[in-house]
Amino acid sequence: MDILVCVKRVPDTAENEISVNGSGTDIERDDLVYSVNEWDNYAVEEAIQIRDKVGGSVTVISVGDSESEEVLRREMAMGADKGILISDGAFEGSDGKGLAVILKTAIEKDKYDLIFTGAQADDGAGQVGGMLAAMLDLPYASLVNFIEVSDDKKIKIGREIAGGQQEIDEIDLPCVLSIQTGINEPRYVGIRGIRKVASVEIPVLGASDLGIDQGLVGSAAAKVSRVDYFMPALGKGAEILEGSIEEKADKLIELLKSKGGIK
Amino acid sequence: MAFQIFTYILHKDGVVDDTAAEMAAAAAKLDPAASVTAIVVGSKTDPVCSSLTASFKEVWKIDNDALAYPNSEVIRGLLANVIPKGSIVLIAHDHFGMDLSPGLSVKLDGAYLPDAVGFEGIEGGKLKAVRQEYSGQVSTHVLCDISGGAVITIRPGSFTALAAGSAGGSVVDKTGDALTSGMPGGKRRFVEVIEAEVGDVDITKSEVLVSIGRGIGEQENIEIVNELAKAMGGDVSCSRPIIDAKWLEKSRQVGTSGKTVKPKVYMALGISGSFQHLGGIKGSPFMVAVNKNPKAPIFQVADIGVVEDLIEFVPMLTEKINEMK
Repeated sequence: MDILVCVKRVPDTAENEISVNGSGTDIERDDLVYSVNEWDNYAVEEAIQIRDKVGGSVTVISVGDSESEEVLRREMAMGADKGILISDGAFEGSDGKGLAVILKTAIEKDKYDLIFTGAQADDGAGQVGGMLAAMLDLPYASLVNFIEVSDDKKIKIGREIAGGQQEIDEIDLPCVLSIQTGINEPRYVGIRGIRKVASVEIPVLGASDLGIDQGLVGSAAAKVSRVDYFMPALGKGAEILEGSIEEKADKLIELLKSKGGIK
Repeated sequence: MAFQIFTYILHKDGVVDDTAAEMAAAAAKLDPAASVTAIVVGSKTDPVCSSLTASFKEVWKIDNDALAYPNSEVIRGLLANVIPKGSIVLIAHDHFGMDLSPGLSVKLDGAYLPDAVGFEGIEGGKLKAVRQEYSGQVSTHVLCDISGGAVITIRPGSFTALAAGSAGGSVVDKTGDALTSGMPGGKRRFVEVIEAEVGDVDITKSEVLVSIGRGIGEQENIEIVNELAKAMGGDVSCSRPIIDAKWLEKSRQVGTSGKTVKPKVYMALGISGSFQHLGGIKGSPFMVAVNKNPKAPIFQVADIGVVEDLIEFVPMLTEKINEMK
């Protein structure tokens, strides 16, 4: 089973508080810790587990700048066999569809049985996998939280649907799946693992290497573009308790008593 | 020029989903002059279709026994056969909409705008919309070129439902057109739905929930929350990262992919407050948020906020409650 996993380098929201910069043009990027998108990491772990069970290979691919290489290397330290970095100034400002076009062009250069993306990334769009499948004319399933490889023609999958239910489907290969967190327990990557793959060459492909139609990618082709960032105002906002930690606890207990929170 | 807008109707067991009226509101906000058509796909959908005629001028029906379970791979092909290119299609951003929509935008050759939470008008063929990023920590305005058509998914609960009027709409059977080249999407076949596992505690019946998220940090720390729940006479629930880490049973997860709860008091401890989590809390409980990040979105929806590290705050709270008793 030859498996491709699309990964993205994103600010690590477990490590950072995300806020908007002074002019609202971007998030505050000073001192941000970057990592691999959490969903993508589960997808890579799943791919590795499948390969270890039935044989084959795992390739990780990322569209981004040169710094995305560290993310590819991290996933190779986990056990992916090969990394591909897609990088070109012409790709900047691409919307979801532009990204899907770039990945499609790269994917068509090889043959894969399974193509994984994370169910979503930092922008919460969850769009590239479904677009990619439609462009490649392959079947697609999103929010996959279970995979059982039955034979080399089809696999059984579970999808996370509402209320803790799971939808079970059978899907023909090759196919595109978006992977939900919780499908497995991603292995820990130590500094030694990273060192092992430190000198492995990761090819960098640009627009001309891929032979991509530049009219379909980049900011000029993007139908969706971000104008600005701002801090959300969802509700009226909580009353923030002030004082020492003890005073806050005392105030909270009074409130909880009056609301039936202490029985 | 008025747009042709289609809204995909979610329904189950003959009942229209709450999101249908929200999609109607979103369509009206997008373009008050637009002609809005509801699309119903399924099996034995007549009751669903006729109930929609009060809210929509036109209701398109695609009805076949093989469509009893909504398989988005099938439905995408059907919709691509009947929806004219250049249309705007509104779909709820849930597990089905996320499955269907990105690929549909490719098939219809339109723009794709995922998970919109607001519309702020159209400027020169471009729709200005509001989205959220980083699990709701920041919002963005985006411009989406809808002049060549678009598929837009709408976050459930973000538009106030439009009351059913007296549209006096009619039902048009589009089944023949949709199935003109047979049933599409055969490469993914629905097998079954596995029901949620039943846990030791039914959190949907709890009046007091002490709920934990990523901020709990370590599995060992759950003990301090168990103690607090015991002192308060409540139950422990959680958000998704706790389930992903397998620290608590799936039956204790609050959220759109977990349980929908309606307690009187909800303690959100170390929970950032993603919309998927908040979507599982109904009945406007008295909500207390404890989080060391003062910018956590949970503080926007909670009644009371405590900006402290829960690892310090929770044991103190427990001790004080126990002393008081």
